[in-house]
Amino acid sequence: MTTSEKYVTAAYCVVFAVVLVYVLIMALKLQRLEREVDELAGRVPDEDAEESPRETAQVG
Amino acid sequence: MSPAAATISAVGRARISLPVLAASSLVLVTTALAFVFFVAPNDADQGFSQRIFYFHVSMAFTAYACFGGGAWNALRHLWKRDPRADLRSYVCVHQGLIFGTLVLLTGSIWAKISWGHWWLWSEDELVLFLVLYLFYCAYFMLRFSVEPGPQRANLSAVYALFGVILIPVSFAAIRLAKTFTHPEVFHLKGPSFGGWILVTYCLSQAALLVLAYTLYSVELGGKRLDVRLRRLREALA
Repeated sequence: MTTSEKYVTAAYCVVFAVVLVYVLIMALKLQRLEREVDELAGRVPDEDAEESPRETAQVG
Repeated sequence: MSPAAATISAVGRARISLPVLAASSLVLVTTALAFVFFVAPNDADQGFSQRIFYFHVSMAFTAYACFGGGAWNALRHLWKRDPRADLRSYVCVHQGLIFGTLVLLTGSIWAKISWGHWWLWSEDELVLFLVLYLFYCAYFMLRFSVEPGPQRANLSAVYALFGVILIPVSFAAIRLAKTFTHPEVFHLKGPSFGGWILVTYCLSQAALLVLAYTLYSVELGGKRLDVRLRRLREALA
């Protein structure tokens, strides 16, 4: 591998590494947001549970 | 629609288009890399090192496009008072800065091969791009030194609009370079290359623009979700 080839490869590796680090940071942020959504969803009262219990009807 | 339902709907919307964008980016970037290393011929003047330019030049134009997008959204914020424009402008500038970092890094590597130096303060094109880059770094310092609200949005918008003036200056600096010759890729008559080199360049440019748009969509989706969650938390408190 010539010096020129090494530098060109390094340049593309740098591009790949920067994009990868950015994607990882974004993934971590989205994970945090997802956790917060779950936490808030747990605090919101469940609409189905709040509904008044249905009357039971005899069949047959 | 309740805040909770709006948040869930926003998450749902983001998940529909992002996989398509991500897949397009992956396919385009992989194809562009294959063309860069296996299809494009060696440049007669610069040899193998010229292959850096396919991504270096494309990233520079992508960074300019992001800064331009930031300025456009800043204008929309100031002119039409579009409430979403401030966040869009911020994300555009952030993307521009990421691609700007890559332009500086790959440019330095190319300079080391061709000029024997990582950086030269005597070169206008390098220094002017660095000025543009640092100008947008200062955008974040300004933005985060002001409390969130209309004042921060207005100040950021005015700053982003001013920054766009530096783009043509940075672009023209390549033509003003005297001591060393920074290669000119585009002239008024068109590009200074053809054949597979042109095909590879166009493919790389398309790949990086799609990649930038994908990253922009991911970041914007995350920021919007963050804003909605903050409101929801306040509503539930």
